[in-house]
Amino acid sequence: MNIAVLIKQTPDTAELPKISVEEARSGELRATMVLNPWDEFAVEEAIDLSYRFGCKTTAVSMGRAGETDALKHALAMGVENALLVDEEVAGGGDEWAAADALAAAVTRVGEEGDVELVLTGKMSVDGNSGVIYAGVACKLGWDLLVNVTRIVDIADGKLIAEQAFEGGQETVEVPMPVVISVAKEINEPRYPSFMGIRKASRAAIPVLGSADIHVAASSTARWTDLEKPEVEQVQVRIIEGDSVEEKAARLADVLMAEKVI
Amino acid sequence: MTILVWIEQNDGQAVSNCWELLAKARALGQELDTEVAALLIGSDVEEAAQQAFAYGAGRVLAATDSSLARFRLQPFVEIAEQAVERTGAVAFLANASIRGGVLAATVACRQNAGIAASATDLWVEDGKLVAARVIYSGNIRARIQFESHLAVASVRPRSFPMPEASERTGTVETLDATLNEDDIRQKITDFRAAEAGEISLTDAHIIVSGGRGVAADPQKGFELVGELAQTLGAALGASRAAVDAGYIPYKHQVGQTGKTVKPDLYVACGISGAIQHLAGMGNSKIIVAVNKDPNAPIFERAKYGIVDDLFTTVPALTAEFSKRLK
Ligand SMILES: Cc1cc2nc3c(=O)[nH]c(=O)nc-3n(C[C@H](O)[C@H](O)[C@H](O)COP(=O)(O)OP(=O)(O)OC[C@H]3O[C@@H](n4cnc5c(N)ncnc54)[C@H](O)[C@@H]3O)c2cc1C
Ligand SMILES: Nc1ncnc2c1ncn2[C@@H]1O[C@H](COP(=O)(O)O)[C@@H](O)[C@H]1O
Repeated sequence: MNIAVLIKQTPDTAELPKISVEEARSGELRATMVLNPWDEFAVEEAIDLSYRFGCKTTAVSMGRAGETDALKHALAMGVENALLVDEEVAGGGDEWAAADALAAAVTRVGEEGDVELVLTGKMSVDGNSGVIYAGVACKLGWDLLVNVTRIVDIADGKLIAEQAFEGGQETVEVPMPVVISVAKEINEPRYPSFMGIRKASRAAIPVLGSADIHVAASSTARWTDLEKPEVEQVQVRIIEGDSVEEKAARLADVLMAEKVI
Repeated sequence: MTILVWIEQNDGQAVSNCWELLAKARALGQELDTEVAALLIGSDVEEAAQQAFAYGAGRVLAATDSSLARFRLQPFVEIAEQAVERTGAVAFLANASIRGGVLAATVACRQNAGIAASATDLWVEDGKLVAARVIYSGNIRARIQFESHLAVASVRPRSFPMPEASERTGTVETLDATLNEDDIRQKITDFRAAEAGEISLTDAHIIVSGGRGVAADPQKGFELVGELAQTLGAALGASRAAVDAGYIPYKHQVGQTGKTVKPDLYVACGISGAIQHLAGMGNSKIIVAVNKDPNAPIFERAKYGIVDDLFTTVPALTAEFSKRLK
């Protein structure tokens, strides 16, 4: 059993507020690009499972040519192989074209030994959709578990996991192959080791392009009219008073008047 | 032509955010001249099905079977697609909960339909449904134009006002559960409900949150913040710094890598207002900050502020509100 972990290279979250409409429209971002923070948990889980169950791990990322920093980060953390999918494969299409390309890439990884588990993050900090894993599961025709907080066991072609949702937690058993999107609670991602970073910096990362993968064009929705949400300019009113009791009473007055209490 | 709305439920109790969505669908349906149908999937949904009529559904479809007692993607998708077909739906809407999000995405992918995930608004333009959503973690807003026959959206909780229920009732149409338990690949072997009485962050009208400002005595600090939350009937939130320091479990975290919330009132106690925190709560209607540093960035977003020690201010607020809310 081998594992593919899907990772995206995304802007450093501290720089997200600086992203302009122009940059978002063209995709030419000036921001520092890093491994999508949610995907660190998926990478960590892949590494952990490789120790637990002796499986091979491959990180797969779709991005622009040469966008390999996130993949190198995954390699430095301890993933065995990396694979870049040139985003031209998805032909500027929608989420389903992207999912199709990633699914196809997963089956290519499989040519060297079957992938039976795809791990993904919970969402990308740029796309924010949390739909790519649903698309990948759908295109592969595999089952999908989301918001998984623990992989309990893998045995007899079945995977047992715990997943959380708003109303509680459940333990679920599912036959392999399966796509799993992991929650933050699942682990504590490690920092890349010095040796790992050195090794990753020298790694040659294979690239799959449109000559290798064919994806049907899909554009079921278009994103238009991009804009910066107007942040309401609020002038803070500092509640003054001689004691905390007085301040508390005055704050209570204004909040009752606002009718939010 | 129909707008189909999935009503999420747990043990027969509908998730109330779905009524916000159903009422919005009804308004959209009037503009588009299409009917609005609610879809219930579960083992005991009769009461929630009648509520759907009361909250504005023109038609209610329900699939009821013991195999549907808990959400599992495979049978739920199958039934949702059956309902899309039966009603000739032009739109399929779900609340953007964990399950609603994955159900909407999977239905959309299988139907080759466009999706607006975690949409923040829906409206009609030139006789067609359009959605808004944010990308780059709330820093860019986009209009989503559907190019497919079916439009699918998962909609963030509290995007629309909660409607009043009417006295309307109706006859529920039955959908068949097409899968036997043996055909369903996923088996749920254990289930633990969340603690009863705990108010969920995404539903809350009021949230009181604590941050690293409690560091001098974290246990006491969160006890005080918790008491204020309880007095206000609020959900309890936290910054990542508080979660990382182990003061409070992760499920309370608000922000970029925590929950996105939109309460009427957000009270930030000892939280500096880092952009990653603002990404999760910046859209709250009214933000109140209690912070002893008058230059804390949170005051650039807050409408009201108290510059003082939270260890004395928070209990004073609790005392004041318990007097007034008696
Ligand atoms: C990838 C990434 C994702 C992140 N995701 C999140 C996220 O989801 N949510 C999140 O919150 N953060 C997130 N962060 C972290 C964020 O950058 C901040 O570090 C964090 O929000 C700070 O938490 P804080 O405001 O509690 O602590 P601090 O920034 O340390 O602020 C503490 C505040 O308390 C005040 N204070 C101290 N003592 C008192 C007192 N006695 N009375 C009153 N006030 C007092 C101080 O003046 C200060 O303003 C993320 C960071 C990264 C890099
Ligand atoms: N371009 C990509 N390359 C690899 N994985 C991706 C890509 N986009 C999304 N993913 C995966 O899908 C998850 C959800 O992303 P999204 O649907 O964009 O929020 C991410 O956490 C990644 O694991």
